[in-house]
Amino acid sequence: MTKRNQRLLGVAALLIGVGVAATLGFTAFRKNMMYFYTPSDLVAGTVPVGAAAQLGGLVETGSLTRGEGLKVEFRVADCAKNIPVRYEGVLPDLFREGQGVVADGYMNAEHVFIATRILAKHDENYMPPQVADALKGNPDTGKHSCMPFKAVDKTVAAS
Amino acid sequence: MWTWFHRLASPPSFYRFADRLAPWLLVSGLLLIGWAVWLGLFVAPADYQQGDAFRIIYVHVPAAALSLSIYTAMSVAGAIALIWRMKLAEVAVVSAAPIGASFTALALVTGMLWGKPTWGAYWVWDARLTSELVLLFLYLGVIGLQQAYSDARMAARACAWLALVGVVNVPIVHYSVQWWNSLHQGSTLLSAEAIANPKMAPSMLKPLLLSMAGNYLFFGAVWLRRMQNGVLLRERRAKWVREIALPADLPNARPLAGGPGTAKRGDRT
Repeated sequence: MTKRNQRLLGVAALLIGVGVAATLGFTAFRKNMMYFYTPSDLVAGTVPVGAAAQLGGLVETGSLTRGEGLKVEFRVADCAKNIPVRYEGVLPDLFREGQGVVADGYMNAEHVFIATRILAKHDENYMPPQVADALKGNPDTGKHSCMPFKAVDKTVAAS
Repeated sequence: MWTWFHRLASPPSFYRFADRLAPWLLVSGLLLIGWAVWLGLFVAPADYQQGDAFRIIYVHVPAAALSLSIYTAMSVAGAIALIWRMKLAEVAVVSAAPIGASFTALALVTGMLWGKPTWGAYWVWDARLTSELVLLFLYLGVIGLQQAYSDARMAARACAWLALVGVVNVPIVHYSVQWWNSLHQGSTLLSAEAIANPKMAPSMLKPLLLSMAGNYLFFGAVWLRRMQNGVLLRERRAKWVREIALPADLPNARPLAGGPGTAKRGDRT
């Protein structure tokens, strides 16, 4: 084997080694890489009551009710389940029904998610207002009614 | 073709080749960026959700795409430098890092400025944002490693190894929004779904593609110029560099442009 082939082998071994290590590591720590839990996760009891967690999903259309002051209640849904959320505070500009949100907070004993911060999750669609208006009432044109979020607990995703 | 390639690898012929190519890349890149800025800021319509805030995409997405492309290019150059011991590839590795770091920082800063009005937070520790920050640290690591050695060849080889180890982060950054739940949205341009069924109105997409092309050309020009400087510094004792560097009117200095024989004097390793 020439010196050059040895070096080629060294570089290839390094790349494969690092790649395998990263794959194993990230597969094992998949849970830790998730930024938020889905409503299905929380309904299944993946997170204990009172533990700090992030909940992500879509604000269910028609579920938003405003209380006194800055109090709001709404439901966050993925494609299967939904969770009631209670929040008091300033909402981001992009917060609206049918759009994605990520809420920081915890589940209380009544299985209501008490949010301490709400962030809007924007999707990957960009269009001018006229186009968006034209798409309204036509549910099959790219605007999803539910988002394919990944359940953190894989057994939940299967159910 | 291979003989042309080998000739290009010799520092003096690379220097002259880059000297001819870089101005074209720079001018065409800046023209495309200017056109994209005009279309993006004044012609493209506002977004139905984000209003005018979406326009930062014309800086953010090209910067983010380049941050990944430059790292990939740097690690390919690193592999060539390590396996074939090619001097020009070593220069390519160390001269790409500061440009890549700049584009990564630009992507992070523009992303934060967009995140505050859109998400409601400048920064969250989701997979995309965190892995892009790791990418910035990898670039800074390459820059730091290069500064730590006094010998240029040793420095370049250490940088090449680091570039190769870090390249594992490139697919992680790109696929982070597919593999894991993140606050950052999925790819508007580069997912199988998006290519089949564009997720962006054509009037908004065109300036984005122009800006991408312009930024890549601009990067090409800056990279070539930095490599030229790197080559000059490394070969400062070589005769062809003296011929370029010394003013022609000094005694015993020869004219600026190298004659037909100069390419042979550079070594090809």
